[in-house]
Amino acid sequence: MSLLVPETGLLFWMLLAFGVVFFVLAKYGWPVIVGMVEKRSDFINESVRVAEEAKLQLDNIKATSDAIINEARQKQMEILQQAAEMKEKMIEDAKTKAAAEAEKIIESARISIQKEKNEAMKDVRSQVVSLSLDIAEKVVRQKLSDQKEQVTLIEKLMDEVSIS
Amino acid sequence: MKNRLKIFHILLLFVASLTTVNAYAEEDAAFSPGELIFGHTGDSYEWHITKVGEKDIAIPLPVIVYSSEKGLNMFCASKLHHGKEYNGFYIAESGDYAGKVVEKDALGNEVRPWDFSLTKNAVALLLNSLLLIIIILYAAKWYKKNPLTAPKGFRGALEMLIMSIQDDVIKPSVGKDYKKFSPYLLTIFFFIFINNLMGLIPIFPGGANTTGNIAVTFVLAIITMLVVNIFGTKEYWKEIFSPAVPVWLKSPIFPLMPVLELFGVFTKPFALMIRLFANILAGHSIILAFICLIFFVAKMSAGISVTMTAVAVIFTIFMNFLELLVAFIQAYVFVMLASVFIGLARVEPHHEKE
Repeated sequence: MSLLVPETGLLFWMLLAFGVVFFVLAKYGWPVIVGMVEKRSDFINESVRVAEEAKLQLDNIKATSDAIINEARQKQMEILQQAAEMKEKMIEDAKTKAAAEAEKIIESARISIQKEKNEAMKDVRSQVVSLSLDIAEKVVRQKLSDQKEQVTLIEKLMDEVSIS
Repeated sequence: MKNRLKIFHILLLFVASLTTVNAYAEEDAAFSPGELIFGHTGDSYEWHITKVGEKDIAIPLPVIVYSSEKGLNMFCASKLHHGKEYNGFYIAESGDYAGKVVEKDALGNEVRPWDFSLTKNAVALLLNSLLLIIIILYAAKWYKKNPLTAPKGFRGALEMLIMSIQDDVIKPSVGKDYKKFSPYLLTIFFFIFINNLMGLIPIFPGGANTTGNIAVTFVLAIITMLVVNIFGTKEYWKEIFSPAVPVWLKSPIFPLMPVLELFGVFTKPFALMIRLFANILAGHSIILAFICLIFFVAKMSAGISVTMTAVAVIFTIFMNFLELLVAFIQAYVFVMLASVFIGLARVEPHHEKE
């Protein structure tokens, strides 16, 4: 039966021992260990989160850089296309301009030719008049020696004049 | 078949021998297994280590007694050896106080003074407590020095044990404010665990049956009961004195349910106390019984004694392994139930449909 009766002395020592153990460990033992373990697990969680974020950012950066490169390429294509178009247009313009210029030059040449011609005609006409006057003078000066022959000559001359 | 029959016979003999231990002990005063077992599992004023020849090797421990007549007395237990008397104190041979320090009062009656002696169990408790403090503080120191590093080896095992007790036992059982109770519950677990383990070591610093002593489990249970009830919520007390049962079961005239609930307040720690005490005491007793068996059969014929010794050794080893398991399980169960009791006392009002 003594087994089932707690001894006063032992109760006292047990209370003391347990009390001291509890006090010391609750103050300097468990909080330190548990705190450190929790800190460590927080740190690991945080690290994983940060790493994930970094990975996400890296992915984002890659996507952005890809987009930028694509855009640049598109722009390059556009610029090249524009340049080609411009070239085409310039050539076309130059061609039309040149054609117009040529036309103009030809026109002016034609006009000047016409003018020259007219001048020449005028000249010819005055020459003819003077010539015919000369001829006539000559004819008149010969005083018409042979009437018949003179008539045919005059007629011939007249024909020639009228023809020309 | 023959072998089996033999083993069966041996087992029968063994059972018979156990049941006749007391009868046998009376005939043979030299060796009494019952006395040996109770001597080893019980408490004493000296720490018996071994016997060399006829000489006992024991560490005498201080006896501290206080009696109203002689005041406080402190002396070495060796002064009470072999029925010697010191300052009127002696160890009672028989009677109610057999094995305890007693004195004679004015009328010549044997009475017990207040006995605060550092007995074997008390010293073992102090040693184990010191060991526990050293182990845990040593680990804590390492953690302070190496923050954010995972420990290895012994400290790693310690961390695993601490965190598994806290996260798998305390956290789910106590509930949301488990952090407040976790130091106490962890202390309980490790206190019981280290005492259980030290009790299994058969030589000097171990071997004391501390957690198999009712005073030890009594203190643990009482403190747990205090913690449970001091930190009990209003809802906890309401459930005790006015549980959700029909009014006639809790009216002042016939307060059946409140009485039962109040009874539960005391039976819970009582169960804690008895469970740990009985398990550890039984484990120690069985191991000791197997060892006694070797000496018990020594005088029988050579065949029986050799076979029985082999059986006893094998069973002792088996029991030691089992006790290792029990050492953990009992500490675990104690802390788990304590957590559950605390958790039950921390109930919040249920928001049921009104």
